[in-house]
Amino acid sequence: MLADKHADEIRSLLERYPPERKRSAVMPLLHLAQREYGWITRAALQEVAELTETTSTEVGTVAGFYTLYRSQPAGTHTIQVCTDLPCALKGGEELAKKLCANLGVRLGEVTPDGLFMVEEVMCLAGCDRAPVLQVQDARGIQYHENQNEDSAMRLIGDLRRASKEPKA
Amino acid sequence: MSEHILLRHRDVADIDKLEVYLAHGGFEALRKALTAQTPAQVLEEVKASGLRGRGGAGFPTGVKWSFLPKDVFPRYLVVNADESEPGTFKDRELMERNPFQFLEGIALAAYAAQAERAYIYCRGEFWDLARDLDRHIAQMGDAGWLGARLQGSTFSLEIYTHLGAGAYICGEETALLESLEGKIGQPRIRPPFPATYGLFGKPTVINNVETLTNLPPIIARGAAWYRTIGTPKSSGPKVFSLSGHVNRPGNYELPLGTTFRTLIYDLGGGLPGGRKPKAIMPAGASSTLLRATEAVLDMPMDYESVAAAGSMLGSASVIVLDETVDMSWLALKTSRFFKHESCGKCTPCREGTYWMLRLLEHIQSGEATAEDVHLLGQVAGQIQNKCLCPLGEFAIGPVQSSLALFAEDFQLHISQPSPRAAAVVSEHA
Repeated sequence: MLADKHADEIRSLLERYPPERKRSAVMPLLHLAQREYGWITRAALQEVAELTETTSTEVGTVAGFYTLYRSQPAGTHTIQVCTDLPCALKGGEELAKKLCANLGVRLGEVTPDGLFMVEEVMCLAGCDRAPVLQVQDARGIQYHENQNEDSAMRLIGDLRRASKEPKA
Repeated sequence: MSEHILLRHRDVADIDKLEVYLAHGGFEALRKALTAQTPAQVLEEVKASGLRGRGGAGFPTGVKWSFLPKDVFPRYLVVNADESEPGTFKDRELMERNPFQFLEGIALAAYAAQAERAYIYCRGEFWDLARDLDRHIAQMGDAGWLGARLQGSTFSLEIYTHLGAGAYICGEETALLESLEGKIGQPRIRPPFPATYGLFGKPTVINNVETLTNLPPIIARGAAWYRTIGTPKSSGPKVFSLSGHVNRPGNYELPLGTTFRTLIYDLGGGLPGGRKPKAIMPAGASSTLLRATEAVLDMPMDYESVAAAGSMLGSASVIVLDETVDMSWLALKTSRFFKHESCGKCTPCREGTYWMLRLLEHIQSGEATAEDVHLLGQVAGQIQNKCLCPLGEFAIGPVQSSLALFAEDFQLHISQPSPRAAAVVSEHA
């Protein structure tokens, strides 16, 4: 349960909004839920609804509208490659294809070991260091800029090795 | 410029550390405002400076503040840090590298607006950045620049960050407010405007990150000094985000009115391989294209000049396109973006962006007829002036202008297939 495990963070998120406007915390709490569960589960919708005194239908509408929230399990690490115009001018589309080919998956497909998924993503505001990709996982979201096939595959290798190390 | 007014971290190392910021005049503008100026005086100073909103619309900032109804409280200040326009990456650098000047700007705007609570709405991908901002906000509070009765005045202030979750539309200010209220990000019908009915139904000022970062120097040095930079109607410095086919992409802080040529060639180092520019997008992916003629290269980048040429300066996100770019492919890229980001509330944008994308995919596949190209222009025309918010208008800018200026790039697909066609088709399979 989020409420037990992350009580302090939830309290501090709710404090940011007027007491009668708890619904404003829906999005921050959905981020917290996704970090905890890896995606937005049905139970998470209910938990967030209770914390914000709204309904799971309302919370579900929000979760469905915004692209960062996942409605199904993803890879442990989602590699999101920007293929919007400025990155596309610098090879972003080709980069996404090469990563898929190297991992043996299609866009949006999880690798058999469950570790990776490659997706295209809309502009990440890093156009001067194109192509850009971001990695979304339990730690949050990290940017990686000035990428090419080699640097991105090294990053994937690092993430794979880290996943095999015993958790501290 | 010899001195950076906004990208000050390029002149002063470690200005993101509080002690360094304080040692370089940090929070002196806020001290001056709180101890020697009324909120109305701060507003007048900002009006006199001629500062215009740096998010894209270019509306005079002081005038925007003056729309707040008298004696209605509480009020809110909301910061638009949803930077999502392809080609725009200036707010991110300002918040990451010069955060205290940005936060001091928030405090000045909040004081002028008499708003005691400010929210920074960051796009969800700025996850790390928002956590850094939280730390900087906490340090600002510990140093006595946030909280109750600042500097012995009657003014109190709290600043909070709020993360979005991947929706370009939330850069539109009423969609942003909906999102901040925990709802889906769809624009509100206006009037009422946010100044009277904003966040939680209260009077609200919404300003862009760069706009706010301009405030500390304006208050510290005065409006008359500020007006010495830029042009009479477009005063002050501007951060230009330069990307695309240039040797040195990046953010460049320049006086408004600097020419495209200076930005692209003197600072950006020209185009790779000595290639020629074909077109320029002055305002990111939503731009109406400008053909890169000598006259356009010599055009001053200010709000009036770029508008007079039929485009707009917007957030000054200059994307350079060299002679190898197929403009029908470019229209496909931007249409794909806007179709994805259309919020679905109003029909012309939701359906129009869908059909523009389908037609452009068809054109790129090499199977389209001249009739399809004509139809594309018609669909774009039917979106025009019919949408609830500017997103629909943004979507048609690159389509209509590429059709008008580079018709040959569409014609060539009618008889022969595009090399990109297979890739594009499979992406959407």
